[in-house]
Amino acid sequence: MTDHVEPASHPAPDPSDAHGSVYDGLLGGDPSHWAFGTDFEDPLAGVDTTIPEGVDARDLATYCLMLADDALIASQRLSQWTSRAPDLEEDIALANIALDLLGQARLLLARAAAADPTLVPALPEGSPVPPEDALAFFRESGEFRNVRLVETDNGDFAVTIVKLLVLATARLALLERLASSSDHVLAAVAAKGVKELTYHRDYAGRWFLTLARGTEESRRRLEAALAVVWPLQAELFATHEVERRVAAAGVGVDPATTADDVAVVLAQVFAVSGVEQPTQAALAGVQGRQGRDGLHTEALSLLLAEMQVVARAHPMGRW
Amino acid sequence: MSAEQGPSQAVPGSGTGGVRAEWPLYEVFVRGKRGLNHVHVGSLHAADDDMALRHARDVYTRRNEGVSIWVVQSKDIAASSPDEKDPMFAPSNDKVYRHPTFYEIPDNVPHM
Repeated sequence: MTDHVEPASHPAPDPSDAHGSVYDGLLGGDPSHWAFGTDFEDPLAGVDTTIPEGVDARDLATYCLMLADDALIASQRLSQWTSRAPDLEEDIALANIALDLLGQARLLLARAAAADPTLVPALPEGSPVPPEDALAFFRESGEFRNVRLVETDNGDFAVTIVKLLVLATARLALLERLASSSDHVLAAVAAKGVKELTYHRDYAGRWFLTLARGTEESRRRLEAALAVVWPLQAELFATHEVERRVAAAGVGVDPATTADDVAVVLAQVFAVSGVEQPTQAALAGVQGRQGRDGLHTEALSLLLAEMQVVARAHPMGRW
Repeated sequence: MSAEQGPSQAVPGSGTGGVRAEWPLYEVFVRGKRGLNHVHVGSLHAADDDMALRHARDVYTRRNEGVSIWVVQSKDIAASSPDEKDPMFAPSNDKVYRHPTFYEIPDNVPHM
């Protein structure tokens, strides 16, 4: 501002210039980029991507699919709220959470494809579809490894909040441990995800409390939602054979080891909200198979049909 | 004053019940990474202060814009009236000597 020292004209400072906007100074010089924000970091910058020794590549890839599919399907479900949420602000909040989860899914699917390329569905010669997209859009429902909690319908806002609370609490506990994985990519993805999930859990926990302590109607809906969601939560802590092996190799986390911590957090939320600990029995698998084995409810097929239809119609498409 | 009162006016956030059709309006101020002060960026609806902060985070800092947020209920802001514009602001129009533009500002004085 030294060029203001010009006694001849005495220009008065423009107040809008002196204060400016918080959005000033964000730009990288190209004003058309204002909407992109600034200072974005590649979460995998400088991360060693070699596969650690002592772990089977197929196991690592399958484990990445489990973590990725939970995030991908939860993200797709949450984004179905867009333009339908109770309030504009909640609409954006849910979409933000969906985008966080989609980002986690993308990194994890890319890691799965790098660890074992044979898992990636074959596409026509010359298709520009990257491997992580092929995994997201060209697998059948039986190849998805997500828990059934994330695929079931959104229900009303209370059901969505209870599902999100359970998922975020369990996933946060898991990623906190995964941040010390001997696989540097998984460790980096986990470290990034912990910050995101801390917010998701906080968001869902606050809404849980608000609904529980709100009106008679919100209380009734919350209790009904708990009864719907509770049978689905046990699956999050059931150790799959692949999870057991990657945990033994120091690459993954046995989800059963997070169950106690998650129960403590949820019990706190229930206590503050004055809600009884639910007692519904866990949803059974079929012949011992659950979501992690590729056994899903009909809801996943319908969700995938909508999510995949455009990509599948244009396997040579460039997006 | 009769003993029979009408529907009680619930105080927001008092926890005594009472349902309102709309959440109160909040004004949002964000301090950018390189900004020194909080700047008004917009408004939103929220049920209480905590929710307003979280909504502000979701609505106004999605693109990495901010490092600090203030929210305040719009009704708590005292604003000058547009009708008073002339008596309030016109008198300072011609007082150029109030601007510190007659001084050399040393290079090592930041934020001027």
